[in-house]
Amino acid sequence: MAKPLTTLTSLPMPLIRDNIDTDQIIPSREMKSTGKTGLTDGLFAGWRYTEIGGRKADLDFVLNDPHYTDSQIILGGTNFGCGSSREHAVWALVEYGFRAIIAPSFAPIFASNCVRNGILPAIIDADAIAIMEKADSPITIDLSTQKIGIDEDQSWTFPIDEEAKAMLIEGLDAIDLSLKMADDIATWQEADRAQRPWIYLGANQ
Amino acid sequence: MRKWGLFLPEPSSLFDKLWNSHVVTALPGGGALVAIDRVFLHERTGASALNSLAQAGRPVADPARVFAVTDHIVDTRPGRTDKTLMPGGQAFITETRAAANAAGITLFDVNDPDQGIVHVISPELGIVLPGCTLVAPDSHTCTQGAFGALAWGIGSSEAEHAMATGTLRLNKPKSMRVCFFGTLAKGVTPKDMIMTVIARHGAAGGKGHAVEFAGEAVSALDMEGRMTLCNMATEFSAMSGFIAPDAKTFEYLEGRRYAPKGSDWDQAVESWTQLASDTGTAFDTEIKIDAGGITPMVSWGTSPENSVGISGAVPDDAGKRALEYMALDKGQRLAGTSIDAAFIGSCTNSRLSDLRRASALLKGKKIASHVKAICVPGSSRVKREAEAEGIDAIFREAGFEWRESGCSMCFYAGGESFDAGSRVVSTTNRNFESRQGPGVKTHIASPETVVASALAGVIADVRELL
Repeated sequence: MAKPLTTLTSLPMPLIRDNIDTDQIIPSREMKSTGKTGLTDGLFAGWRYTEIGGRKADLDFVLNDPHYTDSQIILGGTNFGCGSSREHAVWALVEYGFRAIIAPSFAPIFASNCVRNGILPAIIDADAIAIMEKADSPITIDLSTQKIGIDEDQSWTFPIDEEAKAMLIEGLDAIDLSLKMADDIATWQEADRAQRPWIYLGANQ
Repeated sequence: MRKWGLFLPEPSSLFDKLWNSHVVTALPGGGALVAIDRVFLHERTGASALNSLAQAGRPVADPARVFAVTDHIVDTRPGRTDKTLMPGGQAFITETRAAANAAGITLFDVNDPDQGIVHVISPELGIVLPGCTLVAPDSHTCTQGAFGALAWGIGSSEAEHAMATGTLRLNKPKSMRVCFFGTLAKGVTPKDMIMTVIARHGAAGGKGHAVEFAGEAVSALDMEGRMTLCNMATEFSAMSGFIAPDAKTFEYLEGRRYAPKGSDWDQAVESWTQLASDTGTAFDTEIKIDAGGITPMVSWGTSPENSVGISGAVPDDAGKRALEYMALDKGQRLAGTSIDAAFIGSCTNSRLSDLRRASALLKGKKIASHVKAICVPGSSRVKREAEAEGIDAIFREAGFEWRESGCSMCFYAGGESFDAGSRVVSTTNRNFESRQGPGVKTHIASPETVVASALAGVIADVRELL
């Protein structure tokens, strides 16, 4: 179950490149076990180290900048999280300590993976993100009011669907919620089975 | 019989019909609980999802509708076992096998005759059907939308949700129709169609949308071509891509193992025939493309949107990072760029028709001596059928390696890769940094373009061979 997220204040780490794909967030070669943890060393491995497969920090990469060591927020570019559906990308971000990503747009599978793991994918236009990058000062995210602000004069609102918002704020488990609707599901399937018997496969295939 | 349009306003879209016919109930906040008909797992993430469910004490609700396959990291060299070139990869295979057996789901294992890339074998076995919802923890699940199904990629948590409840909690995306009118020119393929869409409208061009591909150039495609077209809907940031089923769809599926039989088949086809967007349906977004104006495409950068026609050049507004990574300059023509390797395979272009077209161009020729070339059939069935036609011999004699089926070198998992920094022309779907190996420069293209380039030793225009 994900940790609830209501408000968050942190210096955001700028990584403003378009189309950051999940192969960059965590390369396949860094997904070494069938578990969901032990992934922090693999986070942004291709950009973070001087050599592929190595562990020597490339000091030019923002994740290695001590200024951003405690950042819990990433400022990103358009189509953030595109590519592979690997949830390891989000598990690695969570394990590293990130709780929110602010970008002009997100790839759909990645955004859904974020919400399921307690990371807020906040959609903000590129101009506002550029202002936050330039300010290079802590920002506050208030999920209940859907606001992100540097101070009282500079703040922006972001859209999020009601269910994702509730899931994040309350740290809810989606499977638990849906299992409570087991009767609805059974009723639907019974009616559907009469109309589409071929969908319900038996042991005789 | 399923009334797809029930409770829907007239006219309604194919997507509306697919969506509405699976809504179990509305959710507070505007979303819906959507019934999932099929779940397909693979060994890269299957064990993780199944073990996580088991640890939570949540059984798979209907194991007969959940499948798994070993495709992502399985060795593709002859005589393969559970051992992989990827360090630690064997555990992914053995743990997925154990978890699949414990959950009672059907597994197409390493040396099963039905083994292959998930999006190749699901249609081969009739697991995907028109009008069904199918999800898999693999972004290219949209490939299967070619059958008039709503099929899309999900993460592991969503896979657990789908298996435990038979549903997913979703917000309905907007609708888009991409209409290809006219006729494709010779040497131009479905891969070039989808690369054109992404190059023109961007890798985020389909964001927030479910995309129907339509028009005479789409209807003219065979089922395998339609799969290639739908395959890269995810590279367009769309939830999925799909095509209304027709006689070709039904002919492809009839008699497949998991397809309906007898009177069920007749009833199914009758209902599937209604699965089309009604005349006059409005879409949130509509794109029209002249198929006759499409040329063979090739990517130059590190996103699929970085693609141009084969006779084109790297654009003047190309990003610095991408140019540095790809070791190309603005204004540089793609054709004539020397290559180190050629790859034919992946869920995009590894089916029998892809291999037939490639081998027809290769027959009796040799690839350039400095090019390492590999062909990986999309499934064990494709491999057998190709071998029965002598296609393997043509590939081998031309200088290609001929492999066992799997995802293979579409991505680098720490095992096999192309040489560091090498330049590869590839039928795969992603030209991301280091996707195919450390520093590997990937140019995605059609099988025809890959063959023409392998023969010439440089990126080449297949139309010059025709």
